[in-house]
Amino acid sequence: MSAHAPAATPAPVRRQGGFPIPLVGMLLFISSEVMFFGGLFATYFSARASFAGEWGPPPPAPELEFFPLPIPITIILLISSFTMHFGVRAIARGNSGRMRLWLLVTLGLGILFLIGQVIDYTTLGFGISDGVYGTVFYTLTGFHGAHVFGGVVGLTILAVRAGAGQFSARNHVAVEAVSYYWHFVDVVWIALFTTLYVLG
Amino acid sequence: MATTTLAPEGKAYTRSWVLDWLTTVDHKKIGVLYIVNSFVFFFFAGLLALVIRSELAVPGLQFVDESTFNQSFTMHGTLMIFLFIVPIFSGFGNYIVPLMLGAPDMAFPRINALSFWMLPLGGGLIVSGYLVGGAAAGGWTGYNPLTQENFSPGDGTDLWIMGLAVVGTASILGSVNFLTTIFKMRAPGMTLFRMPIFVWTVLVTQSLILLATPVITAALIALFIDRNYGGSFFDPSVGGDPVLWQHLFWFFGHPEVYIVILPALGVVSEVLPTFSRKPLFGYHAFVWATIGIGLLSFSVWAHHMFTTGVVFLPFFTFMTALIAIPTGVKMFNWLATLWRGSLVFTSAMLFGLGIVSMFLIGGISGVMLASAPVDFHLQDTYFVVAHLHYVFFGGAAMGVFAATYYWFPKMSGRLLNETLGKIHFAMLFVGFNATFFVQHMLGIQGMPRRVADYAADAGWTEMNLISTVGAFLIAASMVPFVVNVVTSLMNGPKSGDDPWEGNTLEWATTSPPPTYNFDSLPPIRSERPVFDLRHRDDPMFHPELAHATETSKGADR
Repeated sequence: MSAHAPAATPAPVRRQGGFPIPLVGMLLFISSEVMFFGGLFATYFSARASFAGEWGPPPPAPELEFFPLPIPITIILLISSFTMHFGVRAIARGNSGRMRLWLLVTLGLGILFLIGQVIDYTTLGFGISDGVYGTVFYTLTGFHGAHVFGGVVGLTILAVRAGAGQFSARNHVAVEAVSYYWHFVDVVWIALFTTLYVLG
Repeated sequence: MATTTLAPEGKAYTRSWVLDWLTTVDHKKIGVLYIVNSFVFFFFAGLLALVIRSELAVPGLQFVDESTFNQSFTMHGTLMIFLFIVPIFSGFGNYIVPLMLGAPDMAFPRINALSFWMLPLGGGLIVSGYLVGGAAAGGWTGYNPLTQENFSPGDGTDLWIMGLAVVGTASILGSVNFLTTIFKMRAPGMTLFRMPIFVWTVLVTQSLILLATPVITAALIALFIDRNYGGSFFDPSVGGDPVLWQHLFWFFGHPEVYIVILPALGVVSEVLPTFSRKPLFGYHAFVWATIGIGLLSFSVWAHHMFTTGVVFLPFFTFMTALIAIPTGVKMFNWLATLWRGSLVFTSAMLFGLGIVSMFLIGGISGVMLASAPVDFHLQDTYFVVAHLHYVFFGGAAMGVFAATYYWFPKMSGRLLNETLGKIHFAMLFVGFNATFFVQHMLGIQGMPRRVADYAADAGWTEMNLISTVGAFLIAASMVPFVVNVVTSLMNGPKSGDDPWEGNTLEWATTSPPPTYNFDSLPPIRSERPVFDLRHRDDPMFHPELAHATETSKGADR
C-alpha cells in the first residue's frame, strides 16, 4: 500500500533500565506459588472448619509438640534466610569467595531442615491416610519440603557457578533471584508453622 | 504493497529443518508450533463431539455404550478447553505480542520453548488413558466423588490428573514469560496506554492464568493423593468435603472462562477497527473494562455451585450480574467502532462480526444463569451446554478463525482465498447456530447434559436431530478451511507487508518477519503507530499544520 517503510526511522537504542528482567520473572513466579499454597491452605482450613470431632492428630497419635524438632528446624530455616542475604550482600560488594561460603552455609542449613523434617515425620505416629488431618498435614508440609528441596537444588547450582567464577558485583542476578525464592519458602514455613503448631 | 528492505539473513551454518523446529527458541516458530499443536487437538476433540452428537441424534443407544459416551464428553471438554482454545491463543500471543510491542523476542525464549513442549506431553498423558483401559470419564469438571477411586477405578483418571497438572504448569511458565515480556520488552515510546488492545487482553488473560491455574494444580494434587495414597481431602466419611473440590475447581474455572474469551475479544478489537477504517471507539474504556472483568472474575466462582446449597446466593448473583457491565461496555465499543465506518467484509471481519453477535447471546444466557432461581431450574441441563458453547465456540473459537484469517498473511507471507473463507464462515455460522441454539430449548424442557440417551416420547427428538445435523455442518465447514490454508501455503498470492492497512506494529515489518523482527521501527506516538506513519503527510491528521498552511496562504496574499 503506501510506501511507508523506507521512511521509518532506525530503531532507537534499547536501554534496559529499572528492575532486572529475571527478577520480574521470579516475582511473578512467586506470586503464582502464593496462589498454589493458598489453594493448599484452603483445603486445610476447609477441613478444619467442617471437622466434627476434635481437630488434631488422629488418636492414638500424640498431640503435635514444639520440641525436640519443630522449633529447632524453624530456627534453622530462619537463620538460613539471613545467611542467604549475607551471600547476596557479599557478591554486591564483589566478594565472590565470601558469597560462595554463605551459599554453602545456606545450602547446609536447608539440607539440615529437610533431614529434621523427615526425622520428625517418623515420630508423629500418624500417616497421610489416617483421616483428613493426616492428609492435609502431610500434603502441606510435604509440598513445602519439596519447595525447600527445589531451593537446595538452586543453591547447589549457584555454588557450582560461583566456584567457576561466574558472578561479579555487576552480574549476579541469578543469586538475587534464588534468594527471593528462598525467602519466599521461609515465609511459607512461618505461615505453616503458625497454622499447624501454634494455632493447632 | 511496499516490501521492506532487510539486511540478508546470515547463513553461518545449516541444519535440518526438523531439528530447527524441535530446538527453536524463536517466539514466532514457537507460536506456530502452539497453533499447529492446538489444531491437532481441535481435530481430535471435534471427532469426539461428532461421537456425542451421533449418539444423541435419535433416542436409544446406537453407536457407543454409556462408558464410551462418558469418556467422549470428558475428553471432548478437556481437550477443547485445555489443549485447543487456551494454548492456541498463547500461540497467537507468542507470535504477535512481541511484534506488536516492537520487541525482538519474548523475555525468556528458552522457558518459552519449555512451556510449549510440555503441552504435547500433557496432552499425550491425557489422551493415553485410551490405551490403558479407558480415558477419564468424570466430566471435564472432574467432580468428586465421581473421580474418586471407587467410581473411576481406571488409570485413565490418574493420567488425566497428571496431564492437566503438566499443562497447567506449562501455562504458568508461559504466563510468567508473557507478563515479563509485556512489562519489560516494550519498544521505546510504547507506553502501557499505547499498547494494542490485543496485548492488553493478553496481559489480563495471562495474569488470570498466573493466579488461577496454581489453585487447580493444588486441587488436582489433592485428588491424586486421595486416589493413590489413601488421602481423604474429598472423602466425607473421615472429615473430607466433596464440595471443596467444586470450590477449588471453580475458583480456577471461572477465571478460566475469561482466560478463554478475553484474547478472542482482543482479536475482535484489532479486526473491527482495521476493517471499519476507524480507530477503536473508547480505547481507555475498553482497557478498564478488560481489567474490570479480570478482577471480578475471582469473585463469582460459586455461581456454578448454587444448587449445592452451601453458598451465599445473593452475593454471587450480584457479582456475576456485575460482570455484564464491563462486557456491555465492550459491546458498545465495538458497535460505535462499526458505526459509520467504511466496512470491508473480509473473512476476518465476518468472523469478527460473528463473535460480537454470538458472544452477545452467550453473555445474555450467562446473566440468565446468574439468577439463582433460574439456575436452580437449568442446572446441568442442555441450557448450560448451549450457554457455554455460545461463549467458547461462538466467542472464543470464532476468535481463533478471525485471528487466523487476519494474521495468516503476516505469518506465511501469503493471502488466503477470500471466497473459500466466506464459504467457511457461512457453513460454520449456520452449523453452529443449528447445533447449539436448539439446545437452549432442550435445556428449558429439562434434557440433562452428560447423558447418552433420552426417552423417545420426551419430545426432544427433532431438536436433537437438528443439533446433530448442525454439528456435522460445522465439521464439514473445516474442509474449505483446510483446503484454503494448504493451497495458500503451496501457491497463494504474495501478501506483502501490510495487506489490510493495519494499525499496529506487526504490519511494519516483512511477512513473514525476520528472526530479529524489525530492522527499524516507526516512531510510536499513539496506539496506532503504523496508521500514523501511513498518514504522516496527511494534513487532516495535523490540524496545527493545516492551520499553518492557511496562515502562510494569507501571508502570500
